[in-house]
Amino acid sequence: MRHIISLLMENESGALSRVSGLFSARGYNIESLTVAPTEDASLSRMTIVTSGSDEIIEQIIKQLNKLIDVVKVLDLNDGKFIERELMIVKVKANAQYRDEMKRMCDIFRGRIIDVSDSSFTIEITGSSSKLDAYIESIDKAAILETVRTGASGIGRGDRILKV
Amino acid sequence: MNSNHISGAEIVIRCLHEEKVKFVFGYPGGAVLNIYDAVFQQNKFKHVLVRHEQAAVHAADAYSRSTGKVGVALVTSGPGATNAVTGIATAYMDSIPMVIISGQVPTYAIGQDAFQECDTVGITRPCVKHNFLVKDVKDIASTIKKAFYVASSGRPGPVLVDIPKDITAEKYEFNYPKSVHLRSYNPIIKGHSGQIKKALSLLLNAKKPMIYSGGGVVLGDASSQLTKFVRAIGAPITSTLMGLGGFPASDKQFLGMLGMHGTYEANMAMQECDVLLAVGARFDDRVIGNPEHFLSKPRTIIHIDIDPSSISKRVKIDIPIVGHVISVLTDLNDLLSKEKIKQNISLKHWFKEIDQWRSTNCLSFKNDKKLIKPQFVVQTLHQVTKGDAFITSDVGQHQMWAAQYYPFDKPRRWINSGGLGTMGVGLPYAMGTQLAHPDAMVACVTGEASIQMCIQELSTCKQFHLPIKIVNLNNRYMGMVRQWQEFFYGNRYAESYMEALPDFVKLAEAYGHVGMKIEKPSDVEPALKEAFSNKLKERLVFMDFITDQKENVFPMIPNGKGLSEMITAEDL
Repeated sequence: MRHIISLLMENESGALSRVSGLFSARGYNIESLTVAPTEDASLSRMTIVTSGSDEIIEQIIKQLNKLIDVVKVLDLNDGKFIERELMIVKVKANAQYRDEMKRMCDIFRGRIIDVSDSSFTIEITGSSSKLDAYIESIDKAAILETVRTGASGIGRGDRILKV
Repeated sequence: MNSNHISGAEIVIRCLHEEKVKFVFGYPGGAVLNIYDAVFQQNKFKHVLVRHEQAAVHAADAYSRSTGKVGVALVTSGPGATNAVTGIATAYMDSIPMVIISGQVPTYAIGQDAFQECDTVGITRPCVKHNFLVKDVKDIASTIKKAFYVASSGRPGPVLVDIPKDITAEKYEFNYPKSVHLRSYNPIIKGHSGQIKKALSLLLNAKKPMIYSGGGVVLGDASSQLTKFVRAIGAPITSTLMGLGGFPASDKQFLGMLGMHGTYEANMAMQECDVLLAVGARFDDRVIGNPEHFLSKPRTIIHIDIDPSSISKRVKIDIPIVGHVISVLTDLNDLLSKEKIKQNISLKHWFKEIDQWRSTNCLSFKNDKKLIKPQFVVQTLHQVTKGDAFITSDVGQHQMWAAQYYPFDKPRRWINSGGLGTMGVGLPYAMGTQLAHPDAMVACVTGEASIQMCIQELSTCKQFHLPIKIVNLNNRYMGMVRQWQEFFYGNRYAESYMEALPDFVKLAEAYGHVGMKIEKPSDVEPALKEAFSNKLKERLVFMDFITDQKENVFPMIPNGKGLSEMITAEDL
């Protein structure tokens, strides 16, 4: 099953490689991994999207907790949460595609953030599966380039990950 | 500059003094010259100069294994650090508390492919509990304090501190923190009282209770608490390779070691028990074999471990108890005495079953008039040393024979590489052990293949007058490799035969030691007696026992099989 794991870690050089190294050394999957400093500059927040059986996810959480730089770990799938990912996609917008690309962008509530004679650059946010759906929905031949941030997640309501 | 400012190198030394370090095992080089200059100007700890950095780490590791204190090694950058990696990984796999200080090229040269530069923290990251790169002289003291704290608390392990050369030259005031707090690191010490109660009641109501004790008992110095508890509840107990000595082997409740080369009775009791208490052990592949086969028998498993990730890793646990073994066992003992819980169920029937397994006498072997049996050498070693020696071993058949035929009644007497299985540890392990226990008997049980992996350390032994007794079980084969090739590869002994072996007697003599070659069974005891006699008390003795080439280690659980699927000597 797909799990989104959020963790707070010391904002120190090498901390990221400790986490990514753990996943590769123990053969765990990483679908995506994002990391950035938090409002407390001494902490980074990382979101890892992974998959595995309940036993494997339990081990992943335990192994992450064991890393000295990791302050807190939360499996978002243990409760309700919101997931968002940003994708920037450059599509063909010549005469053949221009209208269709505008329409598809609207349907997926994206925004055109750059325009040229022959292309649109579109930003879309949503769950990872929504972004997948967008890619599925448009003509593959029209896609020039895509870049995705990987999922970020946060618990709903009073579910808070903080030190 | 303030007058009480000292160099980074001196700060390193002062930190080691604060930690009451007695020995530093190391090898100098460019990036640590400042530190070595400071080592030269102090006399609070002794620096032990090895002949290869790998041996420095192994020796520091054995110092820790045999004393419980943190072992310290000091190596230079680049090849010094990479040579240390095998030693660090060995210590990591067996959870040995160590601090390794490595030199690094100056901060301004990092990333420039400088001479003797390597990414030491990157290379060692997967095989340390934690590591640090110190980038400011102000951080040296607090980092070393953290290193000792992290290494020795929780589930112990090696911690590396990488210090660039320019940082050791810069000056700053020395201020060693009294305590250390890491918000991200809070090992759990006390076990959950509800779980402990449940565990005790399960054990007392079991028909076939079984205790399985591991290296955590030795590392956690919990052997007297364990012994008290096991004797009180009367259950049989087995031990992993790493746990030997955690419970006295001569006690009738002890069934011997379990696992791939464990005794028949230990493995059968492990498989057939109804309530299993695992203490500081991790159900690894060499212990339970195939986990599915193990789980095919229903039983309730209680697991005490300080590391939550050890619990339910290979085998699903019913009653997990996270905590320090000594704390949890103390709670169990208190509960047992306070509540005056009486043992309801007699274990007579269970021991009857066990005695039947015992009667197979699975460790018996036939002595030979002409060929020296390796088991006989170890048995005689036990007898000559009256079971009171520290035994280090390398890795292979001789290691298993030492574990099987030298019963340990005390913890921290059996020093070997169980997790990583590093050939070459035996001699440096004996060095670290002998330095820690200068008046004790220290024997290194090894083979002609393993001993050659760190043979250069005979020179270190000479320099530091270490009277180690080397018991070389020389069968002219990499014995364990040959055994597997015999069983599983149709006797095709690919590259497992050692041609061109040195004359070990001359080799020992060339290094300034005493060499003996023993070729007849009748000479085994006299040779060992002589080696441990007063006459040779101060000398390293290399005993080269020419043993039966075809002897195998039994019982054996073939790879991937279950605990009750052992092959014994009689099966073949």
